[in-house]
Amino acid sequence: MATTAPLIICEHCDCVYEKVTLAKHQKTLCTRCGGVLQRYDGLTLQQRLALTLTALMLWIFANFYPVMSISLKGLKNSATLWDSVLALSLGPITFIAMVAAIAMIIAPIFQLFLLIWVLGFALSGRRSPAFKFCMRWLETLRPWSMLEVCLLGAMVAVIKLAGFLDVLPGIGLFALAILSLLMIRIAGRDIRELWDIL
Amino acid sequence: MTTPPVARELGLCLCHSCGLACDMTHEPHECERCGAPLHRRKTNSLTRTWAYLVTALVFYIPANLLPVMNTKMVGHGADSTIMSGVLEFWEAGAWDIALIIFIASIAVPGVKFVAITLLLVTVKRDSQWARKERSQLYRFVEVIGYWSMLDVIVVALVASLVKFQALADIEPRPGILFFGLVVVFTMLSAMSFDPRLIWDEKPQAPHNEEVTDEATSH
Repeated sequence: MATTAPLIICEHCDCVYEKVTLAKHQKTLCTRCGGVLQRYDGLTLQQRLALTLTALMLWIFANFYPVMSISLKGLKNSATLWDSVLALSLGPITFIAMVAAIAMIIAPIFQLFLLIWVLGFALSGRRSPAFKFCMRWLETLRPWSMLEVCLLGAMVAVIKLAGFLDVLPGIGLFALAILSLLMIRIAGRDIRELWDIL
Repeated sequence: MTTPPVARELGLCLCHSCGLACDMTHEPHECERCGAPLHRRKTNSLTRTWAYLVTALVFYIPANLLPVMNTKMVGHGADSTIMSGVLEFWEAGAWDIALIIFIASIAVPGVKFVAITLLLVTVKRDSQWARKERSQLYRFVEVIGYWSMLDVIVVALVASLVKFQALADIEPRPGILFFGLVVVFTMLSAMSFDPRLIWDEKPQAPHNEEVTDEATSH
């Protein structure tokens, strides 16, 4: 059984390869279908955990501070991400509010909690309690976490509104910008490496 | 060019959750390392992909015809659809924003419908044509998948901000629900498709390899 561990199977065409050690900026491609097999990941456990904690702080800022505020003839208003979810939840379209809440708020925070939990234990060389469960949820959540789309959406909204009233980007928007970039770095597939090292 | 060995011939199976090459000699139903269900190929891949795709296509019609939001400025209300939002930007001279919204909301779902249909039909016909390119097409569909959520988020933010009673008020309309459903179902459709089917040779009876197991988890 243990002999299959150094093998790697292309998920796009089922070809089998042996794992190789990569240097910086290197990646391996499947010779048959051209899919990426392995990608170099330069983060140590400590760095990844540090970035995850940073991301958690940014998540708090992105969610508790307004993404933007507007003013029209002396009237002011501002909205957080949660306010925008609530705006969708009115009327018969509540379902889409749930999708938006998962994509913008819930999936990212669960990813962060799971990462902190798993990485925290990994730091002392142990598998965390419920390790299998956490790692599988990290895989499941990944496609539904859409912070980078959320960021572009917020920027489009700023421009859309700037046409007829004054718009001021808020702290939430800047936090969201950095958070979405961080998430790409820390919550990717590289986390699977934990299976091999723990 | 020599082709590397294929997992099925070696009696191996990729675990989609942890990436382990699992030994299939004793036909395990779960990955020994992470416990995720194992399938040599995704269960009923073609049927599921079709089902999700057709559902998405049905929702695509109201998504484009129904208004996605209603803008009320000093008493005058006006509904806008996705396309009218694009045109509004275009006419105002903001062609770059118009282009972003057009690509995210109209082009991306359209491309996904065409691409997934093409993949399904060619796999069904055991086509040998352009296998590598079709693999790339599938990966492209996976990458562009969720960008269509853009419009949902824009409508949500705009509707939550512009709340000045009589002066100006923006409300979401049912079109956005259907639009969001299109995105979710095309994503599910792309996830159900198994790109390895593109490369499978089918000498004898097809589909004998499928291990029936629970739901969509892989």
